[in-house]
Amino acid sequence: MNDVLAFFASYLDVGQTALELAMFNGLTVLALFLSYSMLNVCDLSTDGCYTLGAAVGVVTVIELPKLFLGLAEANPDAAGFYNAMASASPYLSIVLAMLAGMVSGLVVAVLQTRMGVQSLLAGIVVNTGLYSINLIITGNRSTVAIMRKTDTVFTLMKDGVKDTFLADQYKLAVGVIAVVLVAVFLILFMRTKLGLAIHATGSNADMVRSSSINPAFTTTIGLMISNSFTALSGCLFAQQAKSFDINTGSGMVTVALASLLIGGVFTARRSVWVRVIGAIVGTFIFRLVYAIALKMNMPAYMLKAVSAIIVVLAISGPYLVKQLKLLRRRAAANRERGEAYADPQ
Amino acid sequence: MLILNDISKTFNPGTVDAKLALNHVSLTVNDGDFITIIGANGAGKSTLFNAVCGSFVTDTGTIFLDGKNITMLAEHKRARVIGRLFQDPMRGTAPDMSIEENLSLAAGEGGWLSHMSLRNRREFRERLALLGMGLEDRLKQPVGLLSGGQRQALTLLMATYHPPKLLLLDEHTAALDPGTARKVLELTASIVRENGLTCLMITHNMQDALDLGNRTIMMGAGEILYDLSGPTREKATVQSLVRLFSDASGKTTASDRMLLGLDLEADTPDEEDRMDEEEPKKEKKGKKNKGKKKKK
Repeated sequence: MNDVLAFFASYLDVGQTALELAMFNGLTVLALFLSYSMLNVCDLSTDGCYTLGAAVGVVTVIELPKLFLGLAEANPDAAGFYNAMASASPYLSIVLAMLAGMVSGLVVAVLQTRMGVQSLLAGIVVNTGLYSINLIITGNRSTVAIMRKTDTVFTLMKDGVKDTFLADQYKLAVGVIAVVLVAVFLILFMRTKLGLAIHATGSNADMVRSSSINPAFTTTIGLMISNSFTALSGCLFAQQAKSFDINTGSGMVTVALASLLIGGVFTARRSVWVRVIGAIVGTFIFRLVYAIALKMNMPAYMLKAVSAIIVVLAISGPYLVKQLKLLRRRAAANRERGEAYADPQ
Repeated sequence: MLILNDISKTFNPGTVDAKLALNHVSLTVNDGDFITIIGANGAGKSTLFNAVCGSFVTDTGTIFLDGKNITMLAEHKRARVIGRLFQDPMRGTAPDMSIEENLSLAAGEGGWLSHMSLRNRREFRERLALLGMGLEDRLKQPVGLLSGGQRQALTLLMATYHPPKLLLLDEHTAALDPGTARKVLELTASIVRENGLTCLMITHNMQDALDLGNRTIMMGAGEILYDLSGPTREKATVQSLVRLFSDASGKTTASDRMLLGLDLEADTPDEEDRMDEEEPKKEKKGKKNKGKKKKK
């Protein structure tokens, strides 16, 4: 009996880790929902942008308090202001990470809408460039650790929920808040005229143009918003892990796409808010299945192979099913014809 | 008023594939004109529309719309005053989005962050009801589920939601079945009439070309070959247009035009004689014309 309980308890644990990871990755999935599902742009700068968010998030959360406290000492008149800024650093770091993501999205958009670079290539080029940019931001360190006493939104949340039932779930709480905010924003945003125009750009750019809206403009806004979420995702992930790694984002676009497509299986052709929720649910399902697989001794390095296979299956699955039916019919037709020829009469 | 002044366009200039698609075309379209445009494939009809819409900037010449020089204006900015329908019914609407979302973009009311209001929806429903296709009860359905005819009717509604200064119809019924094509054409005629729109319509249906509108232009090899209006146009028949059409690729001579009765406004006995001599067919045409006038 105890064994059984322990078994379920261990799966409950798996569930919580899956949920936490689902929340941090879910932000990237929502970012891809905007760029891939709505704007119909496969943004391959996602990996680099995720790492960019992590780099900016980690470096600023470490350096900003030092900077502001130094300024407070240097300018005693404005010490109050600088001290307040120093204590607001955890929030500032998130804002800065999102701004960095926006700039990255802007570059991708300008390359593909104003400079004649193909959409996929624009993403790849920016992704490659970001590798160096990220190392510049961290001062050419491929890993950076956040010290225990450094404040992040997670330590603030941990202090905030210290004596409540959420004490062990502070990471999850931050993740849920972030995902809910971004999801609500997306659902409301996609109903505005700008959101509709972005959706229409992915569906039929000609129609957007004939509605007197420049598709280059909608693509730019869409990619900027989407990349700000990707960077937010990287920033929060690195801050909860208390460390930055230059490879943290590698393969992220495939992993997030796998989650998005799993969600899309249940919500294809439904309204936007259903699809947003579907994307989050898809992330959770993906993470849960992955966590259970880990529990069953699948090595952790299989994550990316599994993601890649899921993406291929989700995209080409419907096509293959159709082809299979066709092949069967063709085989049947050939058989009949063969019989007809074989007929001695 | 649309004024095209000496516009030319060569595709792939300086290569062996160079094609002179528009050859110094000048055209004045008066307010309220409904011009039908005919011509063989490759005559430059769609290229003319593309030039007016701003899909490309012309090599030479100027384009004025409503007194404003729009020669260099970006395509999406021109779209504010120019509505356009294509042959492909899929081109004018976003298939993944609902009918009301498509209409909302066409209506284009409010700022970037404005939402669709109940008032908007009510108006969409009223406008859709005018199409007589039952679309007013399907506001939330994705446009991708509609038939080609329904999509083209919706596109027409979207293009004329705010009456444009100029409506360009590029064989917009050619991909529809005859019954639906008739319905969309009637809808077009009534919308153009009610809003007093200035309209150019490309068609390969000679009967439509003569029945609709007040002017007919025939294009060939990037030039305007004929511009029929007034009594000349009333005299023209489908047969005469077809004849013109088949001659359009080759050189048209003065005698051809006379044969077709296009230069016969003045009833000088001299010309009448010649006509009698040349073809007994001519009389038939005359009779047909008379018959048509009686109908009207």
